[in-house]
Amino acid sequence: MHIIAHEGTVAARPKARSRWWRDAAGIALIAACGAAGFWLFPDNLALLTRIVAVALLVLSIDLIVGYCGVATLGQAALFGAGAYAAGIACVNGVTEPMTLIAIGAAAGAVAGLLMGAIMLRAHGLAQLVLSIAIVQLFHEAANKASAYTGGSDGLAGLMVSPLFGLFEFDLWGRTAYLMGLALLLLVFIALKFVVASPFGMLCRGIKQDPIRIRAMGAFVFPVLLKMFVISGAVAGMGGALAAISTQVVGLDSVSFELSANALVMLVLGGLGTLYGALVGTVIFMGFEHVVSAFNPFHWMTMVGALLIAVVLAAPGGLSSLMEKVSASKGRSS
Amino acid sequence: MASATLFIQFRTSKRKGSMQTILSIAIDALAFGMVLFIICIGLSLTMGLMRVVNLAHGAFAMIAGYIASYAARDLGLGYAAGIFLAIIGTIVISVPLERFLYRRIYGSPELTQVLMTIGLTFCVIGITNYFFGPTLKTIPLPQALSQPVDVGFRTIAAHRLFVIACGAVVAGGLWYLIERTDFGIKLRATVDNAAMSDALGVRTQVVYAISFAIAIGLAALGGVVGAEFLPIEPYYALRYMVTFLVVVSVGGAGSIPGALIACLVLGLVDTTGRYLMPEFGNFFFYAAVILIVCLFPRGFLGRAQ
Repeated sequence: MHIIAHEGTVAARPKARSRWWRDAAGIALIAACGAAGFWLFPDNLALLTRIVAVALLVLSIDLIVGYCGVATLGQAALFGAGAYAAGIACVNGVTEPMTLIAIGAAAGAVAGLLMGAIMLRAHGLAQLVLSIAIVQLFHEAANKASAYTGGSDGLAGLMVSPLFGLFEFDLWGRTAYLMGLALLLLVFIALKFVVASPFGMLCRGIKQDPIRIRAMGAFVFPVLLKMFVISGAVAGMGGALAAISTQVVGLDSVSFELSANALVMLVLGGLGTLYGALVGTVIFMGFEHVVSAFNPFHWMTMVGALLIAVVLAAPGGLSSLMEKVSASKGRSS
Repeated sequence: MASATLFIQFRTSKRKGSMQTILSIAIDALAFGMVLFIICIGLSLTMGLMRVVNLAHGAFAMIAGYIASYAARDLGLGYAAGIFLAIIGTIVISVPLERFLYRRIYGSPELTQVLMTIGLTFCVIGITNYFFGPTLKTIPLPQALSQPVDVGFRTIAAHRLFVIACGAVVAGGLWYLIERTDFGIKLRATVDNAAMSDALGVRTQVVYAISFAIAIGLAALGGVVGAEFLPIEPYYALRYMVTFLVVVSVGGAGSIPGALIACLVLGLVDTTGRYLMPEFGNFFFYAAVILIVCLFPRGFLGRAQ
């Protein structure tokens, strides 16, 4: 199951301290970019919140595809599970936003457990097809259970109470954006710890050679399933955030198209690095916003061409290009 | 997936009793399964024999549908000429793509192939829409195919019979090509061991290029004759991409009988579900897929990898 090219060896880096500094600087940079977005685009906060929610989805795909080497085209099932769980809870009287995020995470984790248990039975292409079938099944189920989900009309009328009882969710989406940004930073920091932990290292080892890991005495299936649950929780939080900020949950939140687009964002940014997931999401959705305003079909042509170019010219995504550039600079200086 | 004509027929046949319903379900399921088969067998060949996950397969069927629609409706050349031009035109378009794009991803990891072919699909959708507009395209049927045919105990739409016959011819022809001809021997040798066949004087690049062209030609044929079931519109390539991929992996990539069984089973499940419980949509289709893939991880008749 050699899904991903063998990049990023597992070998521990000697300069642990400098890596800490790099991560701290990276997280500060993300926070600064988020704050800059808040001040520079006060009229587009809804879009920025959407970007944050999708970034959580893309991070969750990165955990599975980039760190475990399990190809999936059905991650929106987990995103949608979180979105619908939060939406249904909200309509039924649970309006505290942080509780809703937690409900979304829990629903995503349960969906991730289910999805992982089914998907990990197969390998290679069958696995990919199973992931697609699962997201389509979720889509049809959400469409069918219209008494709970609103079907194709979407689940509308989410009235979320103020954050911590203080900050109202205003018309411009300031509260939603700042809450989303804080959530993204927290999740990002948590995931940094997860992927640097022995568990994260084991996942990367499985990605490179599952047979060898098994020979070393580790159980592959439970490890991957655990990653699926973590990934589901992250995607579910993204879904809940999208539900809270837009106050509506549509069928598109559990669609194959969303899964495929999110995977494209990840590949654009670079597999197997958490920064790549964020960079890819911001660039993809930013471009989509600008270009699809002219003509959505030009946008499709452009994404397609971009995707072909990335696959053929820069298989590691934009972040690997940047690393290559910085590495060659470091060598020459 | 199946077009609205099924439901209209269902409304009329409902009054005639359950036997008639079963018969019309069977005919529609068979015809729909054959459409799936004609399109998917090409994908099954590229995936099983050339080991390329070509998600842009549906995009080629869509291009063929547009060409046929343009030739038959706008130029008034007739159905047969439409089919012929569509197949030739689509193959002509596909040759440079094979040479410059696909040849680079032979033997690449699956994810790379999936991403590049999704990218190609997006491009095709965008460009097709730029030239032909976002409306649904029809391919007018000739007089002989649009009327019902009396087969003794009941009447059947002639188009359904035509599609079923096409499917049977494709299945037989492919079997003959792969099992009985010189080219088939070279193809199987290349699949089993490309390096060794190369050393023995088989020009594997040519074999690959020809099989790719055959696969695309079949996609084109299926796209045109199946336009009644899978209507031609700009998102065709994306909408049915998943269906085609699913059918191939259920049947087992590279196996003609496997693809035939998968198409007939899934066509039956889908058509029956739509007749009896239309409000469930694709639910039964994907439930069946999950069940089958869990039971047969390599598909019905797939080779061990």
